Amino acid sequence: MAVKVISPGLSTSVQDLGRPGHYHVGIPEGGGMDRFATRIANLLVGNQPGAALLEATFMGPELEFTQDATVAITGGELPPKLNGEERPTWESFPVKAGDRLSFGFLKGGARAYIAISGGVDVPVVLGSRSTYILGALGGYQGRTLKAGDELPTGQASGKSGLSLPLNLRRAQAIPSELRMLPGIYWHRITEAAGKRFFEETWKVAPEADRIGYRFKGGTPLEFVEREQPFGAGSDPSNIVDACYPYGSVQVPSGTEPIVLHRDAVSGGGYMMVGVVISADMDLIAQLQPHTLARFVPVTLEEALTARADGNAALARAEEYLAG
Amino acid sequence: MSIRFNFGGDEHIFGEVSEDMSLASFFTGLSMTNAVRAAGIKGVTEICPANASFQIRFNPDLIKPQDLLAELKTMEEAASKSDFSLKTRIIELPVYFQDPWTNETCLRFRERHQDPSSTDLEYSARINGYATVEDFIAAYSGQPWFVSMVGFVAGLPFLYQMVERKKQIQAPKYLRPRTDTPKLTIGHGGCFAAIYSVRGAGGYQMYGVTPAPIYDPAMKVRYLSDDMCLFKPGDIVKFKAIGRDDYDATLEEIEANRWQPTVRDCNFSLTDFNRDIYGTNAKLMELINGR
Repeated sequence: MAVKVISPGLSTSVQDLGRPGHYHVGIPEGGGMDRFATRIANLLVGNQPGAALLEATFMGPELEFTQDATVAITGGELPPKLNGEERPTWESFPVKAGDRLSFGFLKGGARAYIAISGGVDVPVVLGSRSTYILGALGGYQGRTLKAGDELPTGQASGKSGLSLPLNLRRAQAIPSELRMLPGIYWHRITEAAGKRFFEETWKVAPEADRIGYRFKGGTPLEFVEREQPFGAGSDPSNIVDACYPYGSVQVPSGTEPIVLHRDAVSGGGYMMVGVVISADMDLIAQLQPHTLARFVPVTLEEALTARADGNAALARAEEYLAG
Repeated sequence: MSIRFNFGGDEHIFGEVSEDMSLASFFTGLSMTNAVRAAGIKGVTEICPANASFQIRFNPDLIKPQDLLAELKTMEEAASKSDFSLKTRIIELPVYFQDPWTNETCLRFRERHQDPSSTDLEYSARINGYATVEDFIAAYSGQPWFVSMVGFVAGLPFLYQMVERKKQIQAPKYLRPRTDTPKLTIGHGGCFAAIYSVRGAGGYQMYGVTPAPIYDPAMKVRYLSDDMCLFKPGDIVKFKAIGRDDYDATLEEIEANRWQPTVRDCNFSLTDFNRDIYGTNAKLMELINGR
């Protein structure tokens, strides 16, 4: 019926595939930052792809099960241990009442997805069980997990021994190439600044969470001179506060780009130079601080092709698991 | 006025009505988003009006981005010719200006501010030509504000003061955003006031706090039991400056769940407003004062 949290890890929260439809009042869609890993973890334990699971960031939790279940870990390489014995990732395995699941040190990626057969059964709020931490909404009491929490789970036995082969998982190259459609306020920076933005290699800053990822180490952007429009504010990076797309790349004061992710702030007054394409959002979820990344310009057509490729890769994986 | 459309990656269309802020631009954006909502276009997942722009999110597996763009462009002419009138409501919100909490936060992040030697209020009063902080607060709470956008975080309203452009209060955002802002802070950036619905990061100048919750995910606050966010674009807000004693007393009432803000239904016409700004505002304020 439940999973007890012995230790919570660094930042572990309940997520599913999110709650679109409330961005106009500032409530972001949320959900697992790595949607591919979220779906596959659920399918490995026999859940619907959008069932609620745990997203663990950089460090795993320690959990104790109060009943038999099937578990699978996907996403970043966070090695699971059951009662101290190693278990594989991307493969479902059985747990018994009283068993303890813990994790070794992260070997790759940034976020692991822990699916439990039956799903984590917290209340549905605005159509989703996802935790919106900033707004204290959904999930387990609207927050990341703490020691002593007891998470209710649904009743389902699942099937162990199911795994997703390496060739069906997403590869992650370093430096990561984040494809981006230049636009929105791209015209605010000079041609030279735009060219340099894509040539330089950036480094993920420590400020990297569900809201967004900050990047450092590049040359500050030069802006095209103008008289600031009424209401925008005096810094050349200021705009009259507008909506921020998911994946949008804002550059406050022209210095450090921030890519907004699934718990995005929905709007604000900093100019954006473009938007990371939907196919590369999962990639960002698996970037650790201090890793290198580049932004690569693409056209809308290329973005749609990349999206179709991503959809096809997901379909192949899902087909494989459906057997 | 011609809307500047732009694709935000493969899932968003961003429409900028104008670079600068005006109520006419806001109304055009609102008319556009209302038209998109009414059209019930397949594949559209989010419809977000903003101050002088708007954003539509869509699923490109269900609708081609170019097809959606073409459809939006057909709505543009009607939106810019709508009569810009609104059935709305005026809400009175108590605000404790110069409170100890925003003051403490303001001192903690001084090195991120344009003028580390003054407070946010002193700085804003000075650059807007007010002799004292008290005069500045009187201007701030003397005329109503229009909710021209809700967002940033859950339920946070952006407010545009209903005065002529030369009287609009303007202030830059912090040089670098703060990592902390007390919840229910009244802030200001560009020409906009904002009320921070939750504690968190922020870049606006900080002037005071309201005791009244404006977002309640638990939906237990009596006036937030149907909708967890108090504000919608198009609402009109009047700040009422209060002192520490009133703040504490109101907070006590709120904690007992006995308090609710004064809210009155009203009509707003941009044409009438532009003809007589202060006369229109006086009539609106009578609705809450004549209780």
